[in-house]
Amino acid sequence: MTLTLSADERAIASGERGEGAAMAMRIVADSARLLGATRLIPIASAHIDGALYHGDSGTLFAEKLVDGGAKVSVRATLNVGALDLMGCSRVLLEEPQRTMARRMMDAYRTLGCEQSWTCAPYQAGHRPAQGADVAWGESNAVVFCNSVLGARTNRYGDFLDIACAIAGRAPDYGLHRSENRLATLVFDVSALPAAFLESAFAWPILGSLYGREVGTAIGVVTGVSRHPGEDALKAFGAAAASSGAVGLFHIAGVTPEAPTAETALGGIPPETMIHVTPAMVADARKRLSTVRPSETIDAVAIGSPHLSLAEFDELERLIAGRKLTVPIHACTGRHVIAQLSERRKALETSGVVIVADTCVVVTPILPTLLGGVLMTNSGKFAHYAPGNTGYGVIYASLADCVESAVTGRTVLSDMPT
Amino acid sequence: MTVHAEILVEGAAGRGQALVLGAPISFWGGVDPRTGKIADVRHPDHGMSIAGRVLFLPGTIGSSSAAAVLLELAHNGHAPAALVLHEPDAILLLGLIVAKEMGWPTPVAVRLDRGEHRKFDGCEIEVGMDGNISVITASHSQIFA
Repeated sequence: MTLTLSADERAIASGERGEGAAMAMRIVADSARLLGATRLIPIASAHIDGALYHGDSGTLFAEKLVDGGAKVSVRATLNVGALDLMGCSRVLLEEPQRTMARRMMDAYRTLGCEQSWTCAPYQAGHRPAQGADVAWGESNAVVFCNSVLGARTNRYGDFLDIACAIAGRAPDYGLHRSENRLATLVFDVSALPAAFLESAFAWPILGSLYGREVGTAIGVVTGVSRHPGEDALKAFGAAAASSGAVGLFHIAGVTPEAPTAETALGGIPPETMIHVTPAMVADARKRLSTVRPSETIDAVAIGSPHLSLAEFDELERLIAGRKLTVPIHACTGRHVIAQLSERRKALETSGVVIVADTCVVVTPILPTLLGGVLMTNSGKFAHYAPGNTGYGVIYASLADCVESAVTGRTVLSDMPT
Repeated sequence: MTVHAEILVEGAAGRGQALVLGAPISFWGGVDPRTGKIADVRHPDHGMSIAGRVLFLPGTIGSSSAAAVLLELAHNGHAPAALVLHEPDAILLLGLIVAKEMGWPTPVAVRLDRGEHRKFDGCEIEVGMDGNISVITASHSQIFA
């Protein structure tokens, strides 16, 4: 099984449209060979995770594409960068890294990408149609795009995302193909109390458990009687894609490719049945924290993935005009900042630090604090904060995060049973 | 002992002490791109450095930024001497494909079933451009076993 490129693709790879486009096409083709794809397919859009500064190498790569005259050939939104270009929060990134991060963000703009700077592009107007082939990066965006929108993407990493956007092609492989989108596993939550499933605790914790249990398999969640809402699915997918290599999930009766569990399974009996018990959920909640509940916390971080306007509504309702003792870092995109308008000032007066275009685990915003303790309601923050910020994590519901931030003392409620 | 492994990404032959990871790892958030140290506190090999080692990966998980971390390690000289993967992970290996496009030194990456990994742990190993994995010096535990 070898890769066959069309005459057009071969011409681009050999430099007919400039060295930048050639480099992009070669990267797509090399990846396709690695994946065992036999051809490339056209894509409708891309979401680019590559503009986040991890070191000088990424900046030099993007600038090499710019120097080669490359431009994206499809709609391409940008994931978070390392700087808050909106100026909402103070990013502690120092020189020379700061300049390199800025140069990188500039290079991606020059390549023709949209300045969306969000990890929730699907809530910022980028929603490809069901069945469309796209090339998306950022693990939570990938899983949302596949699972909730029903568009088709693999987990495109840095470099391949922009290479596909420039080439307008992606390897015909994996989740682009219908036969690879069927579930082989059932993750049944019907034994969990309804009060739990309807609580704010449910979806990030279930996502974290799901990701660890299923690994790379595609599963269908059964036993969910009501659509939990888009923000809950966002939290579930983000947590699942952090604890496991999840690119697509189905929820029977909720997500577009799973009108029923049988449809999601393609009429084939599942290879694996996971019956989720309250004990498994309690254990998964415990595992999201890396430190034992301390008496006090040093910071709260929410918004991974970026907060929606509805999540800001909830935050405002819970704060109820009170002053915070410990800051809440609320990460979001400029699409939400624009809608918040006047309300932003009231939140900031309370002690909320709004972080735009980026987030607290991808760039230094939290002060360096030996033994610092961070509280979060995000399964994804809980997973990445210890490695990326040095803070220990206490996982809690949004309501407990807010109460803890107001009082400065750790507040942890029991999960509804 | 020499085992032949399938080449995933061509690159320079690499020699170093084998580091067989005890669990799948996410490069982004799991490995410090400046030093190559394993930064994930939940990982069994937390604190070890992958720089200059022949790295055996039983699996890879997590973020789609893994390639960026690997490219950065290739650029700053802290890449593993070679990579041995249980299965090809295009997200991670893309870091090597891009390093080649940039004209930077690139370690070879090969595929070997994870059941075969453990026996190399701690040994001084060479992975050739031809995909041959050879033990140069056995690990201490094997010498004294």
